[in-house]
Amino acid sequence: MTALRAGLRQLRHYPSALIGMTVVLLLLLLSLLTVLTIPYSEAIRLWRGGEGVWDENPALARPTWFQLFSTRKLPQTIIVDTRQGGKTIADQPDGTRLVNASLRFEFHYDALPSEVGLWLSATYKEAQPFVMLYWRKPDGQEIAFEERTPRQTDRYFVSRDERLRERLQARSLEEALFGAGTRGDGALLRGTYELAVEGILFEPDADLEARLVVYGKIHGLAGTDAQRRDLGVALLWGTPIALTFGLLAAVGTTIFSLTISAVGTWCGGRLDAIIQRITEVNAMLPGLTLLVMIGMFYSRSLWVMLLALILLSMFSLGIKTYRAIFLSLKEAPYIEAARAYGAGSWRIVFRYMIPRVIPMLIPAFVTAIPGFVFLEASLSILGLGDPDIPTWGKLLFDAYTNEALFKGYYYWVLEPAALLMLTGMSFAMSGFALDRMFNPRLRTA
Amino acid sequence: MDNSTLLAVRNLHTWYELRQRVFGRAGAVRAVDDVTFDLAAGEAIAVVGESGCGKSSLAKTILGLYRPTRGEIFFQGQPIHSANSQTLRWYHRQVGFVQQDPYGALPPFLNVRRILAEPLSIHGIRKAQREERIREVLEEVKLVPIADFITKFPHMLSGGQQQRVVIARAMLLRPQLIVADEPVSMLDASVRVEILELLRNLQSAHRLAIIYITHDLSAVRHFSERIFVMYGGQIVEKGQVADLLRHPLHPYTQALLRAIPDADAANAETDREVPPGEPPSLLHPPPGCRFHPRCPLVTPGLCDTQEPPEFEPEPLHLTLCWLYKDTTP
Amino acid sequence: MNDGLLQIEDLRLHYRTTQGVVQAVDGVTFALGPRQALAVLGESGCGKSSLARAILRLLPRNVETYDGCVRVHGLDVMPFDEERFRREVRWSKIAIVMQAAMNALNPVLRVVDQVLEPLLVHQGLQREAALARVRAVFQMVGVPLDFMGRYAFELSGGMRQRVVLAMALVLQPPLVLLDEPTSALDVLTQANIMNVLKRIKRETGTSFMLITHDIATSSELADRVAVMYAGQLVELSDAAHFFHEPLHPYAQKLMASVPRLREAKKLAYIPGRPPSLIDLPQGCRFAPRCLQRFARCEQDPPMMHAKDGRQVRCWLYE
Repeated sequence: MTALRAGLRQLRHYPSALIGMTVVLLLLLLSLLTVLTIPYSEAIRLWRGGEGVWDENPALARPTWFQLFSTRKLPQTIIVDTRQGGKTIADQPDGTRLVNASLRFEFHYDALPSEVGLWLSATYKEAQPFVMLYWRKPDGQEIAFEERTPRQTDRYFVSRDERLRERLQARSLEEALFGAGTRGDGALLRGTYELAVEGILFEPDADLEARLVVYGKIHGLAGTDAQRRDLGVALLWGTPIALTFGLLAAVGTTIFSLTISAVGTWCGGRLDAIIQRITEVNAMLPGLTLLVMIGMFYSRSLWVMLLALILLSMFSLGIKTYRAIFLSLKEAPYIEAARAYGAGSWRIVFRYMIPRVIPMLIPAFVTAIPGFVFLEASLSILGLGDPDIPTWGKLLFDAYTNEALFKGYYYWVLEPAALLMLTGMSFAMSGFALDRMFNPRLRTA
Repeated sequence: MDNSTLLAVRNLHTWYELRQRVFGRAGAVRAVDDVTFDLAAGEAIAVVGESGCGKSSLAKTILGLYRPTRGEIFFQGQPIHSANSQTLRWYHRQVGFVQQDPYGALPPFLNVRRILAEPLSIHGIRKAQREERIREVLEEVKLVPIADFITKFPHMLSGGQQQRVVIARAMLLRPQLIVADEPVSMLDASVRVEILELLRNLQSAHRLAIIYITHDLSAVRHFSERIFVMYGGQIVEKGQVADLLRHPLHPYTQALLRAIPDADAANAETDREVPPGEPPSLLHPPPGCRFHPRCPLVTPGLCDTQEPPEFEPEPLHLTLCWLYKDTTP
Repeated sequence: MNDGLLQIEDLRLHYRTTQGVVQAVDGVTFALGPRQALAVLGESGCGKSSLARAILRLLPRNVETYDGCVRVHGLDVMPFDEERFRREVRWSKIAIVMQAAMNALNPVLRVVDQVLEPLLVHQGLQREAALARVRAVFQMVGVPLDFMGRYAFELSGGMRQRVVLAMALVLQPPLVLLDEPTSALDVLTQANIMNVLKRIKRETGTSFMLITHDIATSSELADRVAVMYAGQLVELSDAAHFFHEPLHPYAQKLMASVPRLREAKKLAYIPGRPPSLIDLPQGCRFAPRCLQRFARCEQDPPMMHAKDGRQVRCWLYE
């Protein structure tokens, strides 16, 4: 224990270790916060998407701080909802009721929005309302959309309305809706826009609500992916997953390797020989290939992968290193003394030999963690990642399948990569410093 | 074997079998080769010899760390050479071990209290009694004030203090016999006397039998009653300390005594007499008497063909040497 | 007494450690002539091994202080730069046999090659000429010539020690330092090695500085004795007087703690521990453990001249 305290004091001499350990602690803190604020089941649900979870996020939006790199003011998502007000219902003499809603918003950005969408929700018993929509630009121009008869929910993606686009003869609907001129080939118009909703309700209790979403080009701290999911969720949740995976793999492998090696070396004879042979065969086995096979034919669950990884890494060549140490320990005088005062084999192995070796393990253990983190990421990039859990590797896989780099969505690739690198570097720096601490021969002072 | 005999060793052999090579014979290292002696309760004997003579192997066989290849060991009448694990467990309480390297003998990651708690907890002593016994034993080895030492780790102690902890650990289970393998050879000259005196005091206070393994013949006179001289895996001479030092019988003992200097300026003037050659290989010992290739008094035809039996030319002074073939065997 | 070979004046060697500055060698002064053997006696932690390193400038990286005067044949070698020291002094004028030297033999070289190396490097001899010299020195130390082609692990401990001795002697240096040359060896082997050293001193006139804690063995070779305690020399005297009657209280206690084979003697020991070389006490460094201390001992005593040409660092001899 005092060795630990003395060692921690020594860490002061190594700035790289301090940096590394600080970052590790920050990552751990982040993991803790993430797990507490977004519970696991919630994260899975969010990541699965569907059910309109991400509907109001723009797709493929860059992170908000991207604005710092752009001279143009990039648009953020604007949502206008009739539930916020601005709707009137007037009774008509023929028994119908007329709904008039004006969805107004200010647009002062320098770039077009990515999409425009409209949600209509109607309450009725039998007869659907009849709705007319008019888009009014700041220069006074008005574009009429097609009439609609919405059901309980009606999702109208204005940006994907091909007929409208053809009718307007515009290159893209965003241009048509936000640019000067009927085709929108003029300059971008800044000012007040309005979507006028005129609906006819045929029943006395019917009602109509409308929500207009003008999707921006930047969103959130980390941007969004093609399915509109906020990358921040995956990045945040990727942290505890990565750390847990790396830690558990490192711990499992190390503990098992150590125990197997200690027991084998102590018992000697046939058991030792068997363990050594298994280790040698295992060194020849292609680990990644086996994991790929397990992923393809059996299960892609993260926890199954973790278990398989530990099993495959247990008989690592580390066993040979530990064996050398244990062999020399076996002859140590204090072990001999223990046998003389009647200590049994279990006690000697677990209380006298293994504690001696543990300080030497710590640097190797810390340096091994990023290796396992990268392994998980690699498996995900190969398409064998866990389909449900958001991990950094999964983000990279999604980016790859969506051709992110070709299309210029660099943030999608750079953000998980940066986190992976940060994790790797911080553990490695800590590990190297710990190594210098625990292995006096590497010291420079 | 009368009932004051604590330890009786009869024809003890400890041979280490070498692993079979694919071609060629395997052999055996004959570390202890037919050793017989009795040790009385409360008696201190010194086993003297050079490295490779088998004295450490003898010590470890007596401690129960090695199984003898042949021969018998009786402790208080109980057979130890063929003991089952329960008897061995009892035996380990009766024999304490003090090793040569005081630092190596202590686990570096445990403090003094936990080091001393280990043997007690192995043998089922309960926690409350453990603390008391630890204090008792630390006071006996004079590591006082106890509070100063009980939380320290081995590297914080001096060599002498470390050795005291080792002795304390050996005394924990109230043994009747202590085997001390070169207990002071790694300590400074001025500390050695302290430790040897401590052992002497413990011996008389608790009627302990002690087997000292050492190569320092000069100190033997002060700390034991009898000496055994070992050579080539055998005890070539046994006697009372004063007798043996004044009148060594075996040529090897004589050569050993001649080779050891006392601090005296006149030593620089003359060369010391040393027998030629090297100690014998325990794997392929010379035929007949082990010492004959180096012996100045060798009788060709006899010493090089037949192993001498034990003779007793003087009372309580025995030797394995053909020179005394006309005395009682 | 001819002191011309080696003169050490106020030699200091301090190491920097995380716990503070270790004052291993703190102002050591003595002289040694040709054909003389000086035994430096002391226990672990007194600085005697550091003294050997200081003389030969075999310094580690964390040296804090290294100064004083080291004169070889009258010439002060302290100002020499490393390259000049290596060429002119180390090994050709002063050689060393280190502690546990037999474990320092190169396991992949034959012993003849190891002993040849100083000749090839320092004297630039061709291999044939050098081999003749190697054979001569092997004979001098008592290694049979047919062992020359062997590797270190094929030799016994005593033989290995002789090889290391041969390596030190091969350039015929006038002074050889020996740091615990026989402490790991058996009694008979020890006696053999001491015989070899005696013979070399007689036949070639080489001077030796024997550093050891084994007082009895040191008397086999020593003409003069120096006793070190806590980084300082506390007694310097000729062997005959010293072994008969040491003057310094520490030396007296040390002699009293060494048992004698040939006579029954009451043994004494020194209670306490030597002071830490980092945190040295004020005044006489042995005073805390000295039974003869008095008020004056609160001041650090200088080396004083006592009878018979002996020197003692003790106020009792003022």
